[in-house]
Amino acid sequence: MTALLEMRSITKEFPGVKALDKVSLTVAEGEIHAICGENGAGKSTLMKVLSGVYPAGTYDGEIHYDGALAEFRGIRDSEDRGIIIIHQELALVPQLSIAENIFLGNETANGGVINWHEANRRTEELLRKVGLKESPTTLIDSLGVGKQQLVEIAKALSKDVRLLILDEPTAALQENDSQKLLDLMLELKSQGVTSIIISHKLGEVRYVSDTVTVIRDGMSVSTLDAKAGLSEDDIVRDMVGRDMSDRYPERERKAGDMLLEIEDWNAWHPEHAERQIIKNISMNVRAGEVVGIAGLMGSGRTELAMSVFGKSYGRNIDGTVKLHGTPVDVSNVPRAIEAGLAYVTEDRKHLGLVLDETIRFNTTLAKLDNVSRNGVLDSHAETQVAEKYREALRTRTPSVFQKVGNLSGGNQQKVVLAKWLNTAPEVLILDEPTRGIDVGAKYEIYAIINELSAEGKGVVMISSEMPELLGMCDRIYVMNEGAFVGELSAEEASQERIMSLIVNE
Amino acid sequence: MTNSQKGIKAHLAGHMRDYGLLFALIAIMAFFQIVTGGTLMRPVNITNLFLQNSYIIIMALGMLIVIVAGHIDLSVGSVMGFVGALAAVLIVEMDMPVSVTVPICLVVGGLIGAAQGYFVAFWRIPSFIVTLAGMLVFRGLSLWLLEGQSVGPFPREFQILSTGFVGDIFPAAWGTGLAQLFGARNFNVLSFALGLLGAAAVIQMGLKSRARNAQYGIADEPAGLFWGRIAIISAAIVFLMFKLSTFRGLPNVVVTMGVLIMVYAFITSRTVIGRRIYALGGNEKAAKLSGIKTERLTFLAFVNMGVLAALAGMIFAARLNTATPKAGFALELDVIAAVFIGGASMSGGSGKIIGAVVGAFIMGVMNNGMSIMGIGIDYQQVIKGLVLLAAVFFDVYNKNKQA
Repeated sequence: MTALLEMRSITKEFPGVKALDKVSLTVAEGEIHAICGENGAGKSTLMKVLSGVYPAGTYDGEIHYDGALAEFRGIRDSEDRGIIIIHQELALVPQLSIAENIFLGNETANGGVINWHEANRRTEELLRKVGLKESPTTLIDSLGVGKQQLVEIAKALSKDVRLLILDEPTAALQENDSQKLLDLMLELKSQGVTSIIISHKLGEVRYVSDTVTVIRDGMSVSTLDAKAGLSEDDIVRDMVGRDMSDRYPERERKAGDMLLEIEDWNAWHPEHAERQIIKNISMNVRAGEVVGIAGLMGSGRTELAMSVFGKSYGRNIDGTVKLHGTPVDVSNVPRAIEAGLAYVTEDRKHLGLVLDETIRFNTTLAKLDNVSRNGVLDSHAETQVAEKYREALRTRTPSVFQKVGNLSGGNQQKVVLAKWLNTAPEVLILDEPTRGIDVGAKYEIYAIINELSAEGKGVVMISSEMPELLGMCDRIYVMNEGAFVGELSAEEASQERIMSLIVNE
Repeated sequence: MTNSQKGIKAHLAGHMRDYGLLFALIAIMAFFQIVTGGTLMRPVNITNLFLQNSYIIIMALGMLIVIVAGHIDLSVGSVMGFVGALAAVLIVEMDMPVSVTVPICLVVGGLIGAAQGYFVAFWRIPSFIVTLAGMLVFRGLSLWLLEGQSVGPFPREFQILSTGFVGDIFPAAWGTGLAQLFGARNFNVLSFALGLLGAAAVIQMGLKSRARNAQYGIADEPAGLFWGRIAIISAAIVFLMFKLSTFRGLPNVVVTMGVLIMVYAFITSRTVIGRRIYALGGNEKAAKLSGIKTERLTFLAFVNMGVLAALAGMIFAARLNTATPKAGFALELDVIAAVFIGGASMSGGSGKIIGAVVGAFIMGVMNNGMSIMGIGIDYQQVIKGLVLLAAVFFDVYNKNKQA
């Protein structure tokens, strides 16, 4: 097989940082090539160099594409040559239809007048190719993330893609949606499309890819042949530069006294009052216990957590929340915090952090009484608090005066955790605590969770990654369509049992 | 290049916005000082400069908070006009004492702010729309209240809100002595002493925060820049107060304004409520999930704005010694421009009180200087518009370069 793409010793420097240092990447025609690496390793920068976001001349090194030296001056250039990137954050316009999105900027128009029949017909064709059963006129708004991802791919196909680049395509997807997407990639491969996939999920990488390139600290560490059989540990070792035999740190499992009890919890959709989102849920957490909530995306896990945490979601909420056996008032967020609850959001950028502000600002935000007297802030005390958590959580940053927007995903997650630990909660609800962060940082987050449980705090862990739940939890509730459909102890639980509980409901 | 020079350059690049603003103000003042043949810095003109801009600056304090919270208030010009009219009607037509009228007007301002804040905060109607409506409503109500006429003049006790001066507390002989020394006709020792005191305070506070930064190992501005900045600021204070001393001393309104600036600078930078406003503007959802009562905070920002607009309205009416239906017309734009020139971001979450004040002075000095030069109102508007655009462009350009 010949090489479709060859990136030769690419070096890209930003003021003060060398983001890429002589990185080389060779992608053969017709293969699926995975790029693995921790967050901040330089994967996205490399793809930006490739697609022309950083135009030729702003980096050192050469890109050879389709047998010739390529110097892209912008995304338009690379797209014209059939290189199409699908970013982690989808670039669809929610208020427009599938067809409108697919042909956005590339309209099937004659003298500026759009031929909708043609657009819809071609959209139908594309949707069939990606296996999406929706009408071309459906609004993007009404589709789940998984289906939106397929629309993005359909859009790429509409542009005669030769090299398709998927940046963490399954980060926000459920297992079954992920599976569909991966199978689609294999299908496209059989039709001759070359793909690059960037992913943290090593299982997927093994499943689809022919070759794996591992990048660490801005350098290409290794290129592994996946067809010859490759273990996840091989990849992990190259990613972190050390062996990671145990992905879930050990914890002494002991459940203490009853801590949190939620009884007969109901909540309705905030806009559509007739839709019941949370249906009669009861659950409990003991001191020192890590309790998981498994379920598909859209099953209502986040909604459950947020409705309990100060009625941050939903309307007409009813039910009882007890701590240590006594009912507590959680009717708004300050009261929920006061009662001893903390909710660590799944969406740290939008719901967790003020990105333009410093680590210190974010760390103390939920409990400013601790660092102020008579409403006047004590910046000294604030710095101490921020420093304390920086050390305790091993947040990697030059100082606590760094803007959180400049941190990597894992370190941002630690700042969100620090903010909530600073409120001295009894129960922490962690919603997708390791989403979008790399293997090394995940391990550290798990270790922190274990420390919390050792201190006798109760932890509720919501996650879409089943291995993570199985590796971490003492007990797992299984949720589907707003209700609990089962409860499994650590010994009983397995991926198959959880899936069958969801499916057989 | 030596290491320290490199440090200075890097620091300047990182804080372009702060230094740029200060340099811009100095450059603009120097420019007009030269082209007006020294008129700009004459004591009487400096006094005027303060009187003319005090109400803009007072409103800019409230506007900064509204903008940091992620909103905008288009109604402040109308509200200040309306409150000025209300004061005139109460005092001149209904013979109410000034001591009663002033609190009433401040409360009315607060209520107006509350009414607008209610719709913005609790009904989530965009502030642009609510305050656009407010702008029309209170413009109309001013006309109705004054029945289209100008109402005045005000009694002396009300006028001193704006045009009064703080009397000297030092022996008169000191004043005459110093006046002779500096070749001035008279000399207000108190205001000059306050100027020296202010400069000393600036130096002292600067050193204190520098010492604290050093203690925590926070990277601070290089010593050369620090001393340069402190020297310029304290020299400017002493110089301005000296100029005021050789005229009639410290205007009352400068005292009001100075106290308010300090109070608001303190609130925004050092208090819990200030911190929460920045969090609200920076990321409302995250703030709410952190236990911050975002609705109440937004509401309060508008109440505060209303009170300050009322105060500005009374100062404005007192200065003109009459309430006219046109008072405050389009002033909201000057106030908003001052805040944005001062470096606040349209999307909320960033901006400083001191920036808004310097922004207001930049606008004020330009207005004043161009008027002295006899530039027509037509060109003045064009130039002010371009300065606003240039200032914001400069901010954005710097941000992009850093990213």
